[in-house]
Amino acid sequence: MNAVVEEHHDHDHKPTGLGRWLFSTNHKDIGTMYLWFSFTMFFIGGALALVIRAELFQPGLQIVEPEFFNQLTTLHGLIMVFGVIMPAFVGLANWQLPMMIGAPDMALPRMNNWSFWLLPGAFGLLLASLVMSLMGMGSAPNFGWTFYAPLSTTYGPDSTDYFIFSVHLMGISSVMGAINVIATIMNLRAPGMTYMKMPIFVWTWFITAYLLIAVMPVLAGVVTMMLTDRNFGTSFFDAAGGGDPVMFQHVFWFFGHPEVYIMILPAFGIISSIVPTFSRKPLFGYSSMVYATASIAFLSFIVWAHHMFTTGMPVAGELFFMYATMLIAIPTGVKVFNWISTMWRGALTFETPMLFAIAFIFLFTMGGFTGLMLCIVPADFQYHDTYFVVAHFHYVLVTGAAFSIMAAVYFWLPKWTGNMYDEKLGKLHFWLTCISANVLFFPMHFVGLAGMPRRIPDYALQFAEFNQIATVGAFVFGFSQLIFLYVVIKCVKGGEKATDKVWEGAHGLEFDLPSPAPFHSYTTPPEVK
Amino acid sequence: MSTASHGEYYIPEPSKWPIIGTVALTTSVIGTVNTIHAGEMSYLLPVGLLMVAYLFFGWFGSVIDESMAGNYNTQVDKSFRLGMMWFIFSEVMFFAAFFGALFYARTFSVPWLGGAGNNASTHEFLWPAFEAIWPVLTNPDNAKIIAPREAMGAMGLPAINTAILLTSSVTVTWAHHALRAGNRTHLNLGLGLTVLLGCVFLVLQVEEYIYAYNELGLTMDSGIYGSTFFMLTGFHGFHVTMGTTMLLVILIRCLKGHFTADNHFGFEAVAWYWHFVDVVWLGLFIFVYWI
Ligand code: HEM
Ligand SMILES: [Cu+2]
Repeated sequence: MNAVVEEHHDHDHKPTGLGRWLFSTNHKDIGTMYLWFSFTMFFIGGALALVIRAELFQPGLQIVEPEFFNQLTTLHGLIMVFGVIMPAFVGLANWQLPMMIGAPDMALPRMNNWSFWLLPGAFGLLLASLVMSLMGMGSAPNFGWTFYAPLSTTYGPDSTDYFIFSVHLMGISSVMGAINVIATIMNLRAPGMTYMKMPIFVWTWFITAYLLIAVMPVLAGVVTMMLTDRNFGTSFFDAAGGGDPVMFQHVFWFFGHPEVYIMILPAFGIISSIVPTFSRKPLFGYSSMVYATASIAFLSFIVWAHHMFTTGMPVAGELFFMYATMLIAIPTGVKVFNWISTMWRGALTFETPMLFAIAFIFLFTMGGFTGLMLCIVPADFQYHDTYFVVAHFHYVLVTGAAFSIMAAVYFWLPKWTGNMYDEKLGKLHFWLTCISANVLFFPMHFVGLAGMPRRIPDYALQFAEFNQIATVGAFVFGFSQLIFLYVVIKCVKGGEKATDKVWEGAHGLEFDLPSPAPFHSYTTPPEVK
Repeated sequence: MSTASHGEYYIPEPSKWPIIGTVALTTSVIGTVNTIHAGEMSYLLPVGLLMVAYLFFGWFGSVIDESMAGNYNTQVDKSFRLGMMWFIFSEVMFFAAFFGALFYARTFSVPWLGGAGNNASTHEFLWPAFEAIWPVLTNPDNAKIIAPREAMGAMGLPAINTAILLTSSVTVTWAHHALRAGNRTHLNLGLGLTVLLGCVFLVLQVEEYIYAYNELGLTMDSGIYGSTFFMLTGFHGFHVTMGTTMLLVILIRCLKGHFTADNHFGFEAVAWYWHFVDVVWLGLFIFVYWI
């Protein structure tokens, strides 16, 4: 043994001070940083949304200029997608994967830390453009989170170039994170843990990681073409030179649709962990869950143009993408069926994680149904770019993805901190969140069907009532999240001690570890039977 | 071998490199944008790139030290292998985006602009004079975007470059066999040749670019043909540069006596990367130059 290894013996205690976080090679600390980053971004993105909703409280222009309104919707979308949902899932993966498969840490701990620290750099760039815009120095990105050409090429503000590189940094971060997840799962499973014995959360993340590695580089490619179109005279998205702005949409959505599944597959994994625990029954249809996840991932590569029905393509294309999209409903239906069957005749209790999980099952399914409406080509000609689409994706992303993240935090927080959270406040948070989310997003279906376009600061008079209801819901929703923040901080600080198993019906390696889980989860691999 | 404090596992000590990497990359990208916007070099760009170089030498250097000290067990080795494999896959997808753009332009946007499918009126009302021929030597709006006078032929320099890269794949494999057989002379020779071939490829590529700009009028801003040409060959050339640098590092390590017949992940990773660069070039040669 050499010096480096020798030194190691007395370094096993947690590093202290700022260096613990800056130089971390520990999956739990890195997971914690991801989660707090996501939480911070959630409040920033949420604040932008509240300004949007305040402006939309009444018809006419009240609070912000239309130009600034566009920047708000753009940054709200970008922050929520890349700064909140994705980092939160990576944070959960960091905390849970090693514990669930019986490993000491992630496979590549230094790269893990780099994945995280790139995010503050990326979002620093993005948010700087917003701050500059507020100070009257130029405009922040204003072309929507989908940054279609030519809005983002010919007409994009100067800050677009910073945005492009910010996306590059996020992409590098995601790809490295995904590589780490794959290497961890393939290489660090405890002896005896075959693939088909892995918890579903591990499976869903495994597949998500492949999606990430496959599509984040395509996103990098599309922003690179934007960069050269803007600055070096290339004509990828310019028909005058033989290119095509429609090509931007194809390449973007080739990334974009798998991206929405990147934001929901880990959620499926979380729900598949929580529902059996509080039903005190094993998960119904484990292997069908695995196959359903894999088929959703596969299908997600061949449906992208359902975002482009009105952009136009040959009729055969419209039909292909319509039917392919409809197919996704089948594996998704399998999942919903399995969750419900798991609850059937179970000994159910309704602690906060379970409440969020059940709400997820109902409300995500709602979002799935509106998705099915949208994928019918002639119907989408009516719905496209209206608030109906906004309603659809907020059901799948807020009451879907975000609810699953909240459920996961309540579910695993006692394992992480060793303390139980305040159940009363948790329930209060749940009910306020669940009701206000519906008050916020449900009316959007109606105004959308009636024809209210999305991304518009002003609207026709007849949409006023529904918009007012939505705005009230938005503010209740937004401020309810402060309860969540309070519950989390309170739980981190102390509280009733959690048992090792935490929940009566809990299963899985992580619940064999003490609460709070030791700094290095497993130093010798556990035996899995 | 393993560290006692983590049982059978190896976990690296806290490391400063990730945070240095973040500062380096963020500085570089801000420097790049500032340079583009100002039209003159922003000092942040060289500072950032220097930090990136420091990062690579420092980080990989410390990994090499740990590896030479025998800290890594087979499990770590496998993690590294998986990491490199999936990194290469991500690179494949990066190129796929640009190949996708090329195929899209060739099969859809250019024919459509010429009136194919149900696009007769597009053609009629936008640029009726435009003829859909690949390579595009008259752009739809040729007054705004001046097309190249001539296309790049496949059979001159590009064919030679193809031969060079294919040969370099052979030499690197030869070196690998030599390493496994314990023949250090052949190892060093094979690697040295590979590095040399990589450099020759790059020099010829620069020649070709000069020729394209000066003689053919084939430039980045000469329409979709030039856009796809330079995007694909440019990123490929960048990857050859990276690959050659990596091979050079491996060569130096070999000369120092690093690697053994059955423990040489660093060598293999770079060899994989080199083969990947080679395969991408074959795609380029066929679809960009040839057909
Ligand atoms: C049964 C499953 C689903 C189907 C059939 C479906 C279908 C669709 C369709 C056809 C659109 C395009 C609507 C338009 O712009 O006219 C759309 C938009 C969208 N969907 Fe879904 N979807 C499904 C699930 C999901 C999930 C799980 C997510 C995310 C977690 C998601 C996120 C989105 C987003 C973000 C948009 C809007 C993108 C934009 O234009 O900004 N969808 N969906
Ligand atoms: Cu989609």
